[in-house]
Amino acid sequence: MTHRENFSKGLMKENPVFVLVLGMCPTLATTTSAINGLGMGLATTFVLMLSNVAISLIAGLIPDKVRIPAYIVVIASFVTVVDMLMAAYVNSPGPNGEPSLYDQLGIFIPLIVVNCIVLGRAEAFAAKNKAFASLLDGAGIGLGFAFALTLLGSVREMLGSGSVFGLQLLPQTVQILIFVLAPGAFIALGYLIAAVNKLKKANQ
Amino acid sequence: MEYIIIIISAIFVNNIVLAQFLGICPFMGVSSKISTSAGMGGAVLFVMTISTIITYLIMHYILVPLGIEFLQTITYILVIAALVQMVEIILKKVSPALYQALGVFLPLITTNCTILGVAILVIQKDYNLLQSVVFAVATATGLAMAMVVFAGIREQLALVAIPKGMKGIPVALITAGLLAMAFMGFAGIV
Repeated sequence: MTHRENFSKGLMKENPVFVLVLGMCPTLATTTSAINGLGMGLATTFVLMLSNVAISLIAGLIPDKVRIPAYIVVIASFVTVVDMLMAAYVNSPGPNGEPSLYDQLGIFIPLIVVNCIVLGRAEAFAAKNKAFASLLDGAGIGLGFAFALTLLGSVREMLGSGSVFGLQLLPQTVQILIFVLAPGAFIALGYLIAAVNKLKKANQ
Repeated sequence: MEYIIIIISAIFVNNIVLAQFLGICPFMGVSSKISTSAGMGGAVLFVMTISTIITYLIMHYILVPLGIEFLQTITYILVIAALVQMVEIILKKVSPALYQALGVFLPLITTNCTILGVAILVIQKDYNLLQSVVFAVATATGLAMAMVVFAGIREQLALVAIPKGMKGIPVALITAGLLAMAFMGFAGIV
């Protein structure tokens, strides 16, 4: 595969959320608004790129039997780095006293460790490929994940609170509050995946 | 009374799957038959209780005294991975019947985010050991209940005509959404 394919396949063709349906927990939980979805997506992208590079470099040194625990330790280290960075830089409350991005994502930042996308790429791609190809793969899959989360976040924010990225577009009277609550996450994602399936069919 | 509130809140009001979005993978993946969901629920209950006790003790007797709480994520995931392996080995030896019932689900549990999630949540909520255990048991019960109910619905869903594009994941997600809406009815209890 060329470098371009390594990068671009994650965006749509192998999109982790819409096509592979992986990493559902953060997808549903952190997409109450577009900005939260984007934040979670970028945090995961960061972990995915670094862990892919690290794992592709050390894959030859790890005995086959203990590779999964070894990968998890590498991933957990980068997740800890992201957690500490986010606690330092995106931890200030908003202008109207709303909780900071770090507080809103909360427990889902440490839980990037058990996101099956990250371990999945380590096992399926990084362990068998060179560092640069793995970096591109991680970036592509990560940005595909971030794109899906931002899209779902925008849809939910638009329907639920009438705004996108905090920009008010719809008046208060046409907002459907359920979409920013838990049930709305399931329903919105269900319809989005159905729409993607339909688009894929139409393209074939 | 305090314990009753923890139990009701963990099972119904803040149900781990339908309100907090942890454990969506087993919820979607395993729950196409009632019997397998009940088996998975039992395995989660078992591992979650043990892992919560052990990670709680590690946090309060090793990480906090040494001032290295930031290693929480790495330590927990390693402990949980090792623990699941150990539980599998011990169970095989001690209780073959239980191993038969839960065995196939155990390897899946390492990457189950509910286990790590609950271990981190009890630290965030500042529970003591007994409260943590009660919380873990109640949370696992909530997960098992949600999975069994969902499996029941999906068994029926397999028999009806569904529009082509909605088959599989989309309709499962929308069903879960309706179930989550029903669970919102518990919101005022505690």
